[in-house]
Amino acid sequence: MTLHTINKTPTESSALNNCLASLSDGDALLLIENGVYAAMPGYAELFTRLPASVQCYLLGEDSSARGLNDLNPDFRSIDYDGFVELSCRYNKVVSWF
Amino acid sequence: MTEILINDQPVPVDPEGFLRNLGDWTPEAAEQLALQEGVQLTEAHWEILTVLRQFYQTFEMSPAMRPLVKAVAAELGPDKGKSIYLMSLFPGSPAKLASKIAGLPKPTNCL
Amino acid sequence: MSDTKKSFLIINRKAPYGCSAARDALDVALTISVFEQPLSLLFMDDAVLQLLPAQNPAGIGQKNLSANLAMLEMYDIDQLHVCSEALQQRGLRAEDIELNINLLDRSGIATLIKQHDQVLSF
Repeated sequence: MTLHTINKTPTESSALNNCLASLSDGDALLLIENGVYAAMPGYAELFTRLPASVQCYLLGEDSSARGLNDLNPDFRSIDYDGFVELSCRYNKVVSWF
Repeated sequence: MTEILINDQPVPVDPEGFLRNLGDWTPEAAEQLALQEGVQLTEAHWEILTVLRQFYQTFEMSPAMRPLVKAVAAELGPDKGKSIYLMSLFPGSPAKLASKIAGLPKPTNCL
Repeated sequence: MSDTKKSFLIINRKAPYGCSAARDALDVALTISVFEQPLSLLFMDDAVLQLLPAQNPAGIGQKNLSANLAMLEMYDIDQLHVCSEALQQRGLRAEDIELNINLLDRSGIATLIKQHDQVLSF
């Protein structure tokens, strides 16, 4: 099982699209840096076809930095310690940047 | 790294004499920084320094001359919100000198 | 200062914090204003995200861009134009933005570019 991190907005590169197309059952998705904008409610449509077994997270420090308060409820907010914990829990980490 | 002594404590400053850490500022530090620039602080200076520190707290940047004049006019009235008045208190480059004494970073793009 | 005036348009296209573009544009805007040249800012694509209120970047060790943008008014920089399509694409409305902005459609943007002497992109 793999942890996928994304640090780009949905529109600044193809990172998010390619990542979503490359997910397997049981993987996790973590939005960091500019990636957290994908959790704005306006982008919810992008995630509707994800397998239910994929856990979605975002880094709270990055969403607060950007003034994002109204977030897609499918994403769980974690802090830097949680980021470390996730990195250890999954076999490998793929960075989409 | 350059340091100055405030109440016998060494405090780091940049090559132009601006405090490196905002948290090192105290009213005594202001007196000290002012003396080094040949300025004796009076009530009139202090009310400008207060406006300046409020500006920084709100906008997280030190103002250049024009916004400083505007902020002073808004807080202390149009008679004081004039560059000539600020020049008389903080000679040379008021925005830069007052920022230094107020313990704030140097204003960006200050001419 | 000389009498020569040129009108400047700064085009912002990048989200804040992920790279230095937003901050660079702000620095240039403040410099242009110190030289008392007429200046407009245009926010399109991901740059509309710069305008979201209540940003709090203390946790990532950066300066607060929303506080800095609120300061533009004190520099008499009051021409803030925003691409309405870019807002819409991100599910945002003009009311979500606390700054005084002017919405533009595609043709409005073309006109804006035509009206300025110099255009800088970030």
